[in-house]
Amino acid sequence: MTTASRAVSTQERAAVLNVIHRQQRSLWIDAWERLRRNRFAMAGLVVVIVACVLAALAPLIAPYDPVAQDTPANNSSPFWEQGQYWDPRYVLGADQLGRDILSRLIWSARISIVIGFVPTAIVFSIGILVGMVAGFYGGIVDNLLMRLTDVVYAFPDLLFVIIIVTSLRATPIGEFLGGLILIFIALAVVSWVGVARLTRGQVLSLKEKEFVEAARAIGAGPGHIMRRHLLPNALAPLIVTAAFSVPSAMLAEAVLSFLGIGIRPPTPTWGVMINDGFVVFSTTPWPVLLPSICISIVMLSFTFLGDGLRDALDPRMKL
Amino acid sequence: MLKYVIRRLLLVIPTLFFVALITFVLAQAAPGSPFDKNETKPLPVATIERLNRFYGLDRPVYEQFVVFLGNAVRLDFGVSLQRDRSVNDIIGQGLPRTAQLGVMALFVALAVAIPLGVVSALKQNSAIDYASVFLSTIGTTIPSFVLAIVFIYFFGVLLKLLPFVGWGDGLDRRMIMPTVILALGPMAFLTRITLASMLEAIRQDYVRTARSKGLGEQVVIVTHVLKNALIPVATVLGPAAAALVTGSFIIETIFSVPGVGREYIRSILARDYPIIMGTTMLYAAVIVIANLTVDLVYGMLDPRIKVA
Repeated sequence: MTTASRAVSTQERAAVLNVIHRQQRSLWIDAWERLRRNRFAMAGLVVVIVACVLAALAPLIAPYDPVAQDTPANNSSPFWEQGQYWDPRYVLGADQLGRDILSRLIWSARISIVIGFVPTAIVFSIGILVGMVAGFYGGIVDNLLMRLTDVVYAFPDLLFVIIIVTSLRATPIGEFLGGLILIFIALAVVSWVGVARLTRGQVLSLKEKEFVEAARAIGAGPGHIMRRHLLPNALAPLIVTAAFSVPSAMLAEAVLSFLGIGIRPPTPTWGVMINDGFVVFSTTPWPVLLPSICISIVMLSFTFLGDGLRDALDPRMKL
Repeated sequence: MLKYVIRRLLLVIPTLFFVALITFVLAQAAPGSPFDKNETKPLPVATIERLNRFYGLDRPVYEQFVVFLGNAVRLDFGVSLQRDRSVNDIIGQGLPRTAQLGVMALFVALAVAIPLGVVSALKQNSAIDYASVFLSTIGTTIPSFVLAIVFIYFFGVLLKLLPFVGWGDGLDRRMIMPTVILALGPMAFLTRITLASMLEAIRQDYVRTARSKGLGEQVVIVTHVLKNALIPVATVLGPAAAALVTGSFIIETIFSVPGVGREYIRSILARDYPIIMGTTMLYAAVIVIANLTVDLVYGMLDPRIKVA
């Protein structure tokens, strides 16, 4: 016993006690190892990182101003359809107003990434906070939350977002940054309830566990228990949900912009580009097909990443 | 059970009430009026005032809401502000087409998803298994309007196989593309569920018992595995119906299907309050009823589930 207490490192102590020493591994390192072995998830992660870099460096990378119109070059085709309509300055061609499609695609990534991550961050901050309090304390907050979810679940998400966006479009908020802020708000209002409900469910089952009882027994306050014991244990399903919430926010923006009630033109987003080109789609398909391909690739990447995270963080979780 | 049914039915009322309240307040709170659409030739102020008075838009919002509720209970949603027709008339004209589109899409989705899910569960790692994984990945990740664009380009523009504008009466070739695209999302989702619940059912003890007492493979699969595996599939029909409802207005707008969905988008852009309210209430009611039906049927299908 005395030798054991004098030992400095865990290795030495293990040797003294004659037990096998094992490198301590946290849940997160294990999860990362599992994620790294998933090829689809890693491919998804790479695409997501590339998209983020493109978005951040858009002003440096994009060869032209995404809203500058070069009218004589309008409807010029991409390089693989070289013909009389090809203009070598515009690699992927130009749209019907003569705007460089490559530059517009790159700048669109910027809006998409922001739309994907910012509302998700807001939604998770509010949702986790409310869900924690509702699950931990119960009572009025809990009752209100559950009734609210009943209503929000009866409202189709997209319908709700559309109503919020269209009614506030003409206000100063709706005009700020081409409608970007309004979409943030609409998405946040609609989706925080789901996150709150998920957190609540997690907290309800976790708070009966022994480690919470133990923490309480040594005198930990409710704030400490929520931060240090409940949140880290509830985090895995929340991270997975967040990984799926980012692409669904991007999708919502694309749908809204495609319907003409999202980001205001001329700000380029993939949805706006599809909306712009849709009228002349059957004669000049590329200005519509290229942003469609971009959306699809990004959506697929996020799904692969989300699936990989789910498998890595919680192997028991299904679908 | 009866008590549960009644309680669930009564919960429908506050839910629809709040949906109506939120939509009403948001639609009315918006700046601008339904009568300022023509920017180059604005209507005279006196005319706008008369129009507002005629439609009751000059009264306070809460008063308008009470009037709306009173009429809505009798399923009267008023008259369109832009077109001289009643909301019921406009919805009544579009509804059969939207319903036909939705029902056909649900049918296509089920007809593909269930066999595909079952076969890929029975023959794991076969070509069909990979096909179903591919289909469900595409269907759940690629947005429907992007799929619509790609389909229109290949089958409509390049190959000129299928028309892609408009609808028709009875059965029409123009219905093929909108139906298939709308079906893809729910199809992918249902395939995943079928596959997962088949895999779970196959491993159950009662399946081993059935095999060990010498039942034929076909009998085991059909009466023991399939019967139990399809219960979870039934429960996701509610969300699937919701996906069809919200999917329909995008698909209807892209393919110019004169249904409720296109009317909804048009009314929102034109700020035609009565139509916005009518269509939103219709959508919410469909979703609430679909979810309620599924929950109730679930209790009947699976006696292990105790509803209380």
